[in-house]
Amino acid sequence: MSAADVTSVAYLVAAVLFILGLKGLARPRTAPRGNQLGASGMLIAILATLLDRSIVDFRVLLAGLVVGSAIGVVLAVRVQMTGMPQLVALFNGFGGGASVLVAGASFLQVVDEGLVDNQLAIAAALTALIGIVTLTGSLVAFAKLQEVLSLSGFRGQGMLRALLAVVALAAAVMVVVSPADTGWFWLLVGAGALLGILGTIAIGGADMPVVIALLNAFSGLAASTAGFVLDNPLLIIAGSLVGASGVILTQIMCTSMNRSLFDVIFGSITAGGVVADADEVYGDRVTSTSAEEVAMILEVAERVVIVPGYGLAVAQAQHAVRDLMRTLNDAGTEVVFGIHPVAGRMPGHMNVLLAEAEIDYECLLDMDQVNPTFAQTDVTIVIGANDVVNPLARTDPDSPIAGMPVLNVDDSRTVVVIKRSLGPGFAGIPNPLFAADGTLMLFGDGKKAVLDIVAALLNA
Amino acid sequence: MTLLMALTLFVLAVFLGMELISKVPATLHTPLMSGSNAVSGITLIGALVSAGTDHSTLTTVLGFVAVVLATINVVGGFLVTGRMLAMFSSGSRKRS
Repeated sequence: MSAADVTSVAYLVAAVLFILGLKGLARPRTAPRGNQLGASGMLIAILATLLDRSIVDFRVLLAGLVVGSAIGVVLAVRVQMTGMPQLVALFNGFGGGASVLVAGASFLQVVDEGLVDNQLAIAAALTALIGIVTLTGSLVAFAKLQEVLSLSGFRGQGMLRALLAVVALAAAVMVVVSPADTGWFWLLVGAGALLGILGTIAIGGADMPVVIALLNAFSGLAASTAGFVLDNPLLIIAGSLVGASGVILTQIMCTSMNRSLFDVIFGSITAGGVVADADEVYGDRVTSTSAEEVAMILEVAERVVIVPGYGLAVAQAQHAVRDLMRTLNDAGTEVVFGIHPVAGRMPGHMNVLLAEAEIDYECLLDMDQVNPTFAQTDVTIVIGANDVVNPLARTDPDSPIAGMPVLNVDDSRTVVVIKRSLGPGFAGIPNPLFAADGTLMLFGDGKKAVLDIVAALLNA
Repeated sequence: MTLLMALTLFVLAVFLGMELISKVPATLHTPLMSGSNAVSGITLIGALVSAGTDHSTLTTVLGFVAVVLATINVVGGFLVTGRMLAMFSSGSRKRS
């Protein structure tokens, strides 16, 4: 067998390991093994690539591997679970960036050798565009999540974006028509970079899960198109597996918000819809409560549902919530968590936070599982969530969030909402739940409020 | 590889990916995302060839940067996914 045959067989093994790895990720019990299978596939692919005869200088390559590994290890070990959305955004971006550079290097080399054809030029242009949008879009998403950047849209942004799209498209066509003028390639990369920035800069907090899922799809797609440039089947297979996964997650996130992808990227949430006045909704009907009173209600409860939102992550309240759950469990009360698909800043964000606090994943119920059970629930505690528990989505067809699937917490006997203020959520609308008869508002920081309730339960 | 072969691979892999991923429960969406993202770092194998080929200084530099970025993606991605998954525990599993 020649070296090229060995590499081909190794790539086949790697592709199988990636598939088995993704399959393993479908269940909590098999997921760690799935991740290991994926990593082994990657290792095999890397080792097989080192056999490539066109590699003449291993120094540059080893330096890159060492530097990259060191940075990767530091980032992965130091990140806190609350910072996971930022890190995933950053990794998405790096993947996209790497694809652009690979396609660029390969394209330049083939052009120098005079061997470029239409197929390669088209693939290189596609990779450049998708990859660079992924890179700059992810960097903006990272900066927004890290809260170092809080820019929103500006006037003329739509126009500028359309103009850049035309420039990028024209440059892409010129890359194919006249590949020897490599300036077109770099113009395409430049226009794409600005397009990625402008595309993400106006997207607000609660839409972040959609954006991150979409960038995830892009990073896979860029790797796949890079495979067409390099004529490498493993890149095509692995890239499209990831692209498909990102597309599905994007779709789930959009459905859970009842927003189309177009609205997330181009539109604003208040387009249409009538927003009620906050004073009108709340009036003097909001009932404020204390930790002691909540503890008294919880003492006689048999079933409690906790609904976490992004506020839980901000307040770092996951360990306090775990303590509350254990205290209630010790008193014989059943406690489960009801998690909305877009709670937090990325798909599954809440689940990871609660897992970090050692909460059994079997107690984490998704929307379809928990909604039918609210009617048999004595107390529902909402921590730092707003729009995802707003009953207007069901009752008011004129509301901006009309039709969005929500957690029907108002079906339970008593609802306790832990929140800093009556301020609106991302949708910018008041929430009649807060003024409902069965609702008690516990104002304050999520973590402190939960700890106060635990203390009151233990003192009783 | 002909274009048709490559397109065949692409389309089949997309369908396979959809089949695999649509079964993943919401609770694992974050690890799924970071794990699949690490797989998309497969670009690394293309970067290795670009960085090691003796063509021009520009392609070597582009290749080197690509190797660094893709390695961060691969190593960091698999590590952080492993870290997250280790935290997902179940009472029934602990007892057994």
